[in-house]
Amino acid sequence: MSTNTATPISQNSEQHKAPNGIKLPIYMDNHATTAMDPRVLEEMLPYFMEKFGNSASRNHPFGWVAEEAVELSRERIAKLIGATAKEIIFTSGATESDNLAIKGVAEMYREKGNHIITAVTEHKAVLDTCKHLEKYGFRVTYLPVQKDGLVDLDDLKRAIDDKTILVTIMAANNEIGVLQPVAEIGKLCRERGVIFHTDAVQAIGKVPIDVNKMNIDVASITAHKLYGPKGAGALYVRRKNPRVQIVPLIDGGGHERGMRSGTLNVPGIAGLGKACALAQEEMPQESRKLAGLRDRLKDSIMSRLDEVYINGSVEYRLPGNLNISFAYVEGESLLMGINDIAVSSGSACTSATLEPSYVLKALGTGDDLAHSSIRFGIGRFNTEAEVDYVADRVVETVARLRELSPLYEMAKEGVDLKSVKWAAEAH
Amino acid sequence: MSYSDKVIDHYNNPRNVGSMDKKDSAVGTGLVGAPECGDVMKLQIKVNPQTNIIEDAKFKTFGCGSAIASSSLATEWVKGKTIDEALAIKNTEIVKELALPPVKIHCSVLAEDAIRAAIGDWKKKQESTKPAELQAAQ
Repeated sequence: MSTNTATPISQNSEQHKAPNGIKLPIYMDNHATTAMDPRVLEEMLPYFMEKFGNSASRNHPFGWVAEEAVELSRERIAKLIGATAKEIIFTSGATESDNLAIKGVAEMYREKGNHIITAVTEHKAVLDTCKHLEKYGFRVTYLPVQKDGLVDLDDLKRAIDDKTILVTIMAANNEIGVLQPVAEIGKLCRERGVIFHTDAVQAIGKVPIDVNKMNIDVASITAHKLYGPKGAGALYVRRKNPRVQIVPLIDGGGHERGMRSGTLNVPGIAGLGKACALAQEEMPQESRKLAGLRDRLKDSIMSRLDEVYINGSVEYRLPGNLNISFAYVEGESLLMGINDIAVSSGSACTSATLEPSYVLKALGTGDDLAHSSIRFGIGRFNTEAEVDYVADRVVETVARLRELSPLYEMAKEGVDLKSVKWAAEAH
Repeated sequence: MSYSDKVIDHYNNPRNVGSMDKKDSAVGTGLVGAPECGDVMKLQIKVNPQTNIIEDAKFKTFGCGSAIASSSLATEWVKGKTIDEALAIKNTEIVKELALPPVKIHCSVLAEDAIRAAIGDWKKKQESTKPAELQAAQ
């Protein structure tokens, strides 16, 4: 039946003439995942075929070659975050790293205490792991965030008690790109003798992270947010001052010093290492470029549309992130109008739950504005011409949808939308 | 999320977008939904008092593509119908016509609510304006 036909994402592309040199659809959702850098792929390829060995095979060259790749990757990752190679454990990605960090620390230090502190805007991999531990007798404090998305250090100070064993707060938020005061949190945790884990998947390779300067004890890393492959991640676990120990989630052959058994994903690991090496080299120029593109997008949109609001701190923010709410326009309908551009929305309609983004709600953004939010994630391969095209399309679509919006009409007539008694206050 | 061709067509070419004078006694206005829920529909009808036929309909919608399509379709369907015929429109017919997936059924419910609210508003106006007209006639 023709009415049930799914629309290919590029269907509307023909309706909109792309300026020369732009290929549609445009990918601008780099917090979800990043395209692989061809240099990363090149690094990985030999480990699928001719160098297929198991890095745990100690007595023949096939194993040695694989092990060499793994150890090079370990060094490259460690170097990027100021750690030592022995402090890097390979995992399948960010979710596993977060689980291993939090459950691993909780189980290891159970005797010492049962209290964990996190924040309400954390990724679900952290929040759901904490919720899981609550079922097993752990007490979890979910810190609120301020209007700008940052954790209040005084709140954290007050939350730490003599039973606190772990603070887990992300370095950069995946939705609003806000950078938490990781160094200050680390300092506080060190003073109080509490282990500090940070989910650093969005931050690593984008902004400087130094585990020693920032007193980070455990950090989650993933390759696919960093122009590397999916399914490859790592966990930094501090070995001294203080030495942190974790209980493994996966038992088996004792790989990764017993903390994560299972044959290593050698091609993925080689890719992760290369991605880190590239980031190390290119981060200063790249973050300037991304911040420039981001500001260009922001200025281009905000100079042409009224009632557009940036969600989260502008100052403490990932260079490639822009999360904005377009008042009176629902996010999913906006995405539909710009369907030659890949971005995401905090609107309920994009999720199965019909609840708008919990991160935006935590900032105190009203549900109405949360429904109107769009996250732009600018990455390594985006160009100025793409940014200009995206800005034009967004401005034109928002203007069209506002003409269609009864809320916009009411606001223009001077109606205070907050004072209206809506017919349906609940779903 | 993939959309049916009909939803996309209504989204790209919404029918009967606009507003009519709320104060006109021949106009009924329905405003349903809430911004916090992500959907607000305003549907207006203009009714011929002699025939009870809906001669014109307009809408404005804040909501996802399916909400826009549901209300756009609702205006198309009510036009030319009598009040009673319009009241018989069911949300399930909208679901079928637009091939809405289960998560979008609430959009069709809202469109049905909007039709009912607009008709309700018009009916209320007729009751309150009739005595006035009678008085004027005397």
